[in-house]
Amino acid sequence: MGNKQTIFTDEQLDAYQDCTFFTRKEILRLHGRYHELAPHLVPMDYTKEPDCKLPLALIVAMPELNENPFRNRIVESFSEDGLGNQSFNDFVDMFSVLSEMAPRELKAIFAFKIYDFNVDNFLCKEDLEQTLNRLTKEELTEEEVQLVCEKAIEEADLDGDHKLSFADFENMITRAPDFLSTFHIRI
Amino acid sequence: MPSRTIGRNRGAILSQYYNRTLQLRMRRQSRPSLRDLPHSSRPSLRGYRVESDFSETDSRAESVRRQALVSNLQKLSVSDRVRMLRTMPLSMADKRQSSVSLVLPEDPLPSSGQIRVTSAQVLCHRRRPGSYCTACVLVTAHSLQLWQVALKRVGGRFGTGVLSYFLFLKTLLFFNLFLFLVTGLFLVLPQAVHPPPAVHPPPAVHPPPAVHPPQAVHAPQTPQLPQGPASFSGLELLTGGGYFSDSVMYYGYYSDTTLNRDCDNNGSLPSPGGWRGLDCARQGLSYSMPLAYFFTIGTAFFITCIILVFSMSRSFGQSFRVEQSTSLLAMKAFCSWDFKVVKTSSVALMSENIGTQLRELLADVTRNHANQTAGQRLWRLLVHGLAWTVCSGSTVACALAVHYLAQHMHAVRVLQARGEGGAGGVAADPLLSEARLLALPVGVSLINLLLPGLFNAAGWMEEYDSPSVRNSVAIARNLMLKVSLLSVLCFHWLGREATSGLQCWESFVGQELYRFLLMDFLFTLLDTLLGEFLWRLFSEKVLKKSRRPVFDIARNVLELIYGQTLAWLGVLFTPLLPGVQIIKLLLLFYIKMSSVMLNCQAPRKPYRASKMTTVFITLLCFPSFLGASVCVTYTMWSIAPSRACGPFRGLSTMMQAGRLWVEQLRDANPHLTWLATAHSYLVENPLFLFVAAGVFLIIIYFNSQVVGGQRKVIALLQEQIKNEGEDKKFLIRQLQNTHAKKRDAPARRSQQDSAC
Repeated sequence: MGNKQTIFTDEQLDAYQDCTFFTRKEILRLHGRYHELAPHLVPMDYTKEPDCKLPLALIVAMPELNENPFRNRIVESFSEDGLGNQSFNDFVDMFSVLSEMAPRELKAIFAFKIYDFNVDNFLCKEDLEQTLNRLTKEELTEEEVQLVCEKAIEEADLDGDHKLSFADFENMITRAPDFLSTFHIRI
Repeated sequence: MPSRTIGRNRGAILSQYYNRTLQLRMRRQSRPSLRDLPHSSRPSLRGYRVESDFSETDSRAESVRRQALVSNLQKLSVSDRVRMLRTMPLSMADKRQSSVSLVLPEDPLPSSGQIRVTSAQVLCHRRRPGSYCTACVLVTAHSLQLWQVALKRVGGRFGTGVLSYFLFLKTLLFFNLFLFLVTGLFLVLPQAVHPPPAVHPPPAVHPPPAVHPPQAVHAPQTPQLPQGPASFSGLELLTGGGYFSDSVMYYGYYSDTTLNRDCDNNGSLPSPGGWRGLDCARQGLSYSMPLAYFFTIGTAFFITCIILVFSMSRSFGQSFRVEQSTSLLAMKAFCSWDFKVVKTSSVALMSENIGTQLRELLADVTRNHANQTAGQRLWRLLVHGLAWTVCSGSTVACALAVHYLAQHMHAVRVLQARGEGGAGGVAADPLLSEARLLALPVGVSLINLLLPGLFNAAGWMEEYDSPSVRNSVAIARNLMLKVSLLSVLCFHWLGREATSGLQCWESFVGQELYRFLLMDFLFTLLDTLLGEFLWRLFSEKVLKKSRRPVFDIARNVLELIYGQTLAWLGVLFTPLLPGVQIIKLLLLFYIKMSSVMLNCQAPRKPYRASKMTTVFITLLCFPSFLGASVCVTYTMWSIAPSRACGPFRGLSTMMQAGRLWVEQLRDANPHLTWLATAHSYLVENPLFLFVAAGVFLIIIYFNSQVVGGQRKVIALLQEQIKNEGEDKKFLIRQLQNTHAKKRDAPARRSQQDSAC
């Protein structure tokens, strides 16, 4: 390779390569992006595995996430504490799952987590209402939102408990050919 | 409950993946057939271990599970291990903990600087360089980080639909790059290094067939043939004639002999007639041009076919769904937000679009489909019929116009050449005659530009059930126009020009194709300028509307496919045509990118990107590539090559080159007689082709039956899930009743006690 980089050890880079869908070059680029979010907080030398976490507000300010209505939920789903404080590992994880090469099952798991606003492992009516309001920026009337939620749950719910479990969600996702291409952020 | 905690609990995930790695180890090579799976859908009965609800605090049990998982991972092959690690939905820290304890073998990593392996990972093992297949390398090359930033900007502003056009352009670029490399290496380079003698012997030995009166010189391009290449005037770039006509660009330049070095009889002069110069060939480096030409073109087409079919099946697999989707609203809610879009205005537009689409879907779902009256249906049918008549009528009219124009141009050319030959002196203004060659390409490109507008107009007055039907009809009409134009042109070139007695008809056809390609490019530029730039200025300044033109994805992709068909048709006659196409695609990319960014807005209608990509790849494979390869095969099989130029002069068909080579081999080495006999039985005999086609059809039938069977199984399994849901509801109710009775029973007893 060209210049010898001192940000990560070779073993670290290998481990990152094995566990994510990125190459070495991309991981180094991601580190650059992570660093520029908070240059005074994020060390350039990661060989000692520093315990550095960036708060939610900094991560959602990234141009790739800034306009996304689900940005808070995305960052929260990929953080250890569930509040959106991401270490570099979580950061890489997030973009790895949202990258082009992640398989459908993996994306479905995290999409389910993202849309589950009350974090109860089901997509209930309230979760759907929140999703719709954010999608349409409150364009639809209250009545329309209610109707859409009811009909959507009716369509996708297979075991009849009036909320969507992961199995229902995954079943619906496998029938959507566009899911792989829309659930993708290019970094 | 077990199935509910999947994806949630770390312990559950570890157990789940332990089971998966175990299954993967046990059933490495074969997929479990449907027959082997028990009929019940309950996990425990199916043979999967039940993942019970583990509590987080049981860390010792978790570390035991992690150890078990790590030991399983270690026993898998490297690629499987990497794939398992990547698809585990654990956090990075957990994964690294699991992988750190793995002692990964010291495989030499190929430098993966530029090349990023995408879904080829599934097929090609990344750490085993030896098992790369050609198709995999090309699929890998497709994901080279070319234009990464530009594509990201377009995707961020316009979404997946417009991005798919640019990705399709990138795919075509790689196809052409491959063709260019192959033809360049095997055809152009050897011929350029060994140029043929500059003087063409006058055609006294082989007089052209007596269709036209014999002439001393029959050269429609350069006025006097033995003069050597004409001087370079700017018109060459447009017409492909003049200076270029006697260059390595065209078929006519290629020699029909074996190119030799260190040859006994005067090294610079290649021995006449490649088949007779064998003893010379044995002494030095020899390179038989006719064979090289024949086999290069054949292999290039064959490999392109394989790559196309491969990418088509991959794209089809990603987007094809075995049964119709019924959960439209839910899908719209969860899958319609395009995460790539980052520009504020585009995001606002997307929200608005999704809101509108949801309203429409809701209206669709809730309204009862009132049957239209017979009168309304009849009226709709009439309107459809009228629109289709207009479209097909105009298509037929244009095809006939092109046919007569081509005929007229041909007659004019023949007359001109006859006039030249008779007068023997100065011809008509050479620039004018060159420019006249452009009449046909300009006419065809004009038709391609204007007629889709007419189709759009016809489509406005019609009423369709859904926007996707409207889209498909528009594409079908466009396709019909292009197919008819191309077939008329092919008929004209291969039927008329090839048998017209022209001295070097292949070069002429090659030049025609070059002109067509170039005119297509120029008219696309014109269309971009007029259709997008000027229209935006017009609507902003004059109409004072802020609505910008919409980028018509389908039409632009069909234009790309049309250009690519021309390039494929022309490879046989113009080996450098892929190079021209590459330059054209590069320029087109940057021009379209800037035009889209400056002038257009995101499409309002929903665009099913993955389905459309599949459709476009299929169109590239079926009418486009198939048509081109049929034409090329027909040319090679039945049309007599011209006698005075090109690598196949003197042969009755181009295929004869292969035949002669096999015979030559047999003569040279009697042990290879079996090859000649095999060749004559397999390749010459049409029965072989019929048998092969029959086998293909049987395979297709078999696969379609399998798909039908799977559809039935899916329906049955869904029934089962529904029934189990009902069972669950029933049992829960029973449970609640029993609990209620138990609660009531002591209460009643205490009441009775107190009553007494």
